[in-house]
Amino acid sequence: MSLDRSDVERIAHLARLQINDQDIPAYAENLSSILHLFDQMQSIDTTGVEPLAHPLDAVQRLRADVVTESNQRELLQRNAPATENGLFLVPKVIE
Amino acid sequence: MEWETVIGLEIHAQLSTNTKIFSGASTAFGAEPNTQACAVDLALPGTLPVFNENALRMAVMFGLAVNAEIGKRSVFDRKNYFYPDLPKGYQTTQLAEPIVGPGYIDIELDDGTTRRVRIHHAHLEEDAGKSLHEDFHGMSGIDLNRAGTPLVEIVSEPDMRTAKEASAYARKIHAIITTLGICDGNMAEGSMRCDCNVSVRPKGQEALGTRTELKNINSFRFIERAIETEVARQIDLIEDGGRVIQETRLYDPERNETRSMRSKEEANDYRYFPCPDLLPVIIDDTYIEQIRAELPELPDARKARFVSEFGLSEYDAAVLSAYHAQADYFEQVTRVAGDAKQAANWVMGELAKNLNQKDLDIKESPVSADQLGGLIARIKDDTITGKIAKQVFEIMWAEGGSADEIIEAKGLRQVTDTGAIEAIVDQVITECTTQVDQYKAAEPDKRGKMLGFFMGQIMKASQGKANPGQVQGLLKQKLDALCD
Repeated sequence: MSLDRSDVERIAHLARLQINDQDIPAYAENLSSILHLFDQMQSIDTTGVEPLAHPLDAVQRLRADVVTESNQRELLQRNAPATENGLFLVPKVIE
Repeated sequence: MEWETVIGLEIHAQLSTNTKIFSGASTAFGAEPNTQACAVDLALPGTLPVFNENALRMAVMFGLAVNAEIGKRSVFDRKNYFYPDLPKGYQTTQLAEPIVGPGYIDIELDDGTTRRVRIHHAHLEEDAGKSLHEDFHGMSGIDLNRAGTPLVEIVSEPDMRTAKEASAYARKIHAIITTLGICDGNMAEGSMRCDCNVSVRPKGQEALGTRTELKNINSFRFIERAIETEVARQIDLIEDGGRVIQETRLYDPERNETRSMRSKEEANDYRYFPCPDLLPVIIDDTYIEQIRAELPELPDARKARFVSEFGLSEYDAAVLSAYHAQADYFEQVTRVAGDAKQAANWVMGELAKNLNQKDLDIKESPVSADQLGGLIARIKDDTITGKIAKQVFEIMWAEGGSADEIIEAKGLRQVTDTGAIEAIVDQVITECTTQVDQYKAAEPDKRGKMLGFFMGQIMKASQGKANPGQVQGLLKQKLDALCD
């Protein structure tokens, strides 16, 4: 499977990445070669093999439902570009 | 053409855990903005999620309550999209291997029949934060206190055919999750949110029509109205030669209309993949059976018991068991009063009427179950009449106090002294000469109906305190004596 220019533009948009127009052919080529590798792997017969959710043969540890975090708003908002009344301010987003 | 409506519901229920699904930050409602959003909730680099045992437990409880298969292995996935109230850039959710597999519930319809609605699955996921679009110098404010609150999303099969069935299904889910105590069920505050998938097709057609998803529905009544409105819109559209587009539509209760919310370009490309930060969650039969053993009595079982144990009608039993706090209240009233039917009448009648007027939950009732039970007991033992009981209830509601205290203080005890009753009966007969003459002139078989007038006068004269049984006996005796 090969990617063309519009695929690269679409992926960049979904990831909210700004890319330079002249770099697109190189991205297309690099990403395509990764997909070729996947194609190769896809050709292997995996009948009877359970899909893997995680490479480690381990199970999720659970946490007791007890509050362990205290209010650190001041600290956590110190590197936010803009705050007001305890809110993080971001460019207006109304769909 | 005759049309058939097809409805499926997605219900999001916030779980009543103390902490977030993947962090130890509090989930308490109403805190100052961002005071309950820790480094994990803010998705700061280097933080990792740790799964909350109680969220898992509550999801399993729900699964067992809806007759579902429990996923002994469940896996978290990432659903990728960008929105400022989702700091990670993905929502941690479950796709292919959810915690709750296929199940079902039975809903009761108005005509007394039941209908089975299948549940496709229910999965665990995290809630997003809140965006505030008031004017912050042209910017939006973000509060991430809600980010990471555990949700169980309950996805039904498209098994409902009318708006009423959809709201009956939502009510039943509400009854189950509140009885289990896993969600407070407050739709107005968004603890339980309901999205409706609605489509229409010509009656008899197998293939489903194109569906729209209705959002922003925050009451059971609006579920019905939103669906009815949307169904009418879709049918009009098709009959005018148009086509329904698959989209999300917002219900506006003020204008009672649905309108297109977004036509997300790149829609639904969420690029799900297994979350590498979380391992598969494995549970065994012992864990599941232990939870099953601790399940409270569920609404269906309670309803059946109200019929068999207390002799209530199916209807009364359904109403009383639909909300666990009301069912608890009713049972306590019955225990104190020793009369389930009277208890049911008062809880569903006078009490419900007053609670509705003041928009109060039964848990906030100024009259406790013990107080109401005590009042009914005094009707049963003939201390007061049913009419006076309503007065006592009003005083109880406004000023508090037990039935006995109020009856004593206000002198409301029923008059059963024959001499006193006789005096009132005589007085009324003497005063109402016209009606007495009419009574005498009437055919004997018509006279029974005429007693009502005298009864009313006598009860009024006694301020409702005369024992109605005694009054009736004496009255008839005296009037008939006049006729001879």
